[in-house]
Amino acid sequence: MSAYLKLDYIGKSFTRGATTTEVLRDIRLTIEKGEFVSIIGHSGCGKSTLLNLVAGLTPVTIGAVLLEEKEVNAPGPDRAVVFQNHSLLPWLTVYENVNLAVAKVFGRTKSRAERHDWIMKNLNLVQMAHAADKRPGEISGGMKQRVGIARALSMEPKILLLDEPFGALDALTRAHLQDQMMEIHARLQNTIIMITHDVDEAVLLSDRIVMMTNGPAAAVGGVLDVPLARPRERIALASDRTYLRCREAVLKFLYERHRFVEAAE
Amino acid sequence: MSLPATKDDVVVAGPFKARAASILQLSIKPKSFDMRASAVGIAQSVVPPLVVLAIILIVWEIAFSSPGASLPPPSEIWVQSKDLIIDPFFVNGSQDIGLGWRVLVSLERVAYGFGLAAVIGVLIGALIGQSIWAMRGLDPIFQVLRTVPPLAWLPLSLAAFLDSRPSAIFVIFITSIWPIIINTAVGIRNIPQDYRNVAQVLRLNQIEFFYKIMVPAAAPYIFSGLRIGVGLSWLAIVAAEMLTGGVGIGFFIWDAWNSSRLTDIIVALVYIGLVGFVLDKLVSALGAAVTRGTASN
Repeated sequence: MSAYLKLDYIGKSFTRGATTTEVLRDIRLTIEKGEFVSIIGHSGCGKSTLLNLVAGLTPVTIGAVLLEEKEVNAPGPDRAVVFQNHSLLPWLTVYENVNLAVAKVFGRTKSRAERHDWIMKNLNLVQMAHAADKRPGEISGGMKQRVGIARALSMEPKILLLDEPFGALDALTRAHLQDQMMEIHARLQNTIIMITHDVDEAVLLSDRIVMMTNGPAAAVGGVLDVPLARPRERIALASDRTYLRCREAVLKFLYERHRFVEAAE
Repeated sequence: MSLPATKDDVVVAGPFKARAASILQLSIKPKSFDMRASAVGIAQSVVPPLVVLAIILIVWEIAFSSPGASLPPPSEIWVQSKDLIIDPFFVNGSQDIGLGWRVLVSLERVAYGFGLAAVIGVLIGALIGQSIWAMRGLDPIFQVLRTVPPLAWLPLSLAAFLDSRPSAIFVIFITSIWPIIINTAVGIRNIPQDYRNVAQVLRLNQIEFFYKIMVPAAAPYIFSGLRIGVGLSWLAIVAAEMLTGGVGIGFFIWDAWNSSRLTDIIVALVYIGLVGFVLDKLVSALGAAVTRGTASN
């Protein structure tokens, strides 16, 4: 099976005036269809930049992002992003926010009634159908993030990109959303890349964990397979051998081999 | 949403009855309390200005009641300009009409000039906000032009349009457009990158981006520009009409001055002030209605 998404030796440098900063160097990664891959690393290592490169929101400096063997270098609904701060439009209701995406992506191929059903189906998927007529200002942070996920799913993307989707939420809400994310992944079998700095979240959700070295010029420091059977159960895994081994491996990578060095700034 | 649950409680279990009753009471109580509170609130905002107004009128009356006073006291205004105060909409001939009609004529000019300024101002503001080069090229020029006083444009616009009506409208337009342009540009420059990212992922085209993201996101800024603009255009129309003539409220003041009807001038000033106040409140109420939700996030 050929790679679904391929990052082919991509690098990214930012130039401001006379100074050029190399953020990412020689990132090589292939992702299979239906895989759930997490990218973990210390803050400032360029994880989000990497996600933006895949999304096409920032252009690569060298290398190429290949989706189904075609180069992608502009953003599009086939790589839907769930942003860290939900990025819902506050003047639209929950329904209208999802509709913005659905009308744009399926405006020609689906009838009005079909689009309505599709919006409600996606809101149901994240259990937010009850708040369809609320504005983002009237719902909680976790709910906003769920709507953000529904909006992204409604585009029927080839790849779902999650940029620290649960980072701004409290621990209980986060656990709840992680479970929902696993359920959605099991049901839709979609391909997901998630940026995170939470070791437990990475191990719990992913098939593979990509560990980034520290910047500048961050690279892939290692890729860890998580050979845990699905569906995964949070509480059962807490004492699972494989789970603990994976967790330890990521922790060792982050805190022994690539400790965050503040003095480097 | 919680109504059926409350009903069940009442039907199923006795102890809950008291609670249901207290809920009922609560839902009534705030209503009557609210009415009293709002009455108090209205009184709090209406009574003080009325008291101050009364004091001003009394002081004015005392100060200008002496025979040699240069300005008329309030009692004389009432006696001499009673018809203007009591009936804004009388018609006794082509030039002898109520101040309400004159205000309407002026408002019509404002509507044209300001309406035009609003549409063009938002479009130019959007251009400047979106394009760094448009901003670099146009912003300095606008910063200079916006300091030109409204009346300074009048001779030039009379020369260009050869008629007083379009000239007055142009003066309103050129006076009120600057704050609209500048505020719109600032609002659009302040659109969060997140919204732009959303638009990019969805591949919204320029037009969709304009009316789906840009206008609603910048609406609070646009409306504060419109509010300043409507105030300026009301300032400009009175001044412009003094020079161009016609039926408007500005010309009425000039005409009254030429025929030494000081009391009429004072009544007209009150009209102008009240209409300006209402215009300002209208635009800000419209803004509040349109931008509901935009600010809260």
